[in-house]
Amino acid sequence: MFIAAMIGVLITMLMALVRALSGPTVFDRILAVNMFGTKTVLFIAVLGFLSGRPEFLDLALVYVLINFIGTIAILKFVRFGKVETA
Amino acid sequence: MDLIVYYASWALLSCGAFLCAVGGLGILRLPDFYSRQHAAGITDTLGSAFVLIGLMLQSGFSLNAAKLVMILIFLILTSPVATHAIAQAARQSGLEPKVVAEEDEA
Repeated sequence: MFIAAMIGVLITMLMALVRALSGPTVFDRILAVNMFGTKTVLFIAVLGFLSGRPEFLDLALVYVLINFIGTIAILKFVRFGKVETA
Repeated sequence: MDLIVYYASWALLSCGAFLCAVGGLGILRLPDFYSRQHAAGITDTLGSAFVLIGLMLQSGFSLNAAKLVMILIFLILTSPVATHAIAQAARQSGLEPKVVAEEDEA
């Protein structure tokens, strides 16, 4: 059961990675990387239950926050050419 | 009762994996940035929610379920914000949606 969910998430990550590598515009790449990060969270959570160590959920919790901050930071960098506030 | 929870969790995990795969296919095959964003939205909301709720049913009433609820709340809060920010940045940088002209039936 966990294996099935894991295979679905892995296939999705693979397709998002292909789009991130071949995206025509930079926003396609950002969108695909954001989706890849969300799927990584699901992957870590399912992996923790699969291997019987649900403590992996802490890592997933941290990864949610890092993924969001990273996406916003990259968008700001693409838009303004710098990350720090004026 | 345990059997019902087990099968419900199985169904939710399968539905979540299926929706994730559909969204991945969409982000690979759709022709335009804005339509690809629609495909990514499926996996970010419904796919993640189904997988996480399935894991919640699996873990019962425990600390792990609380962590899963927190992950779900963060995902639901942050994923629309990120999607909106990406769409707004693309629109303001001059990326136009691909529009197919309607056929003239006159």
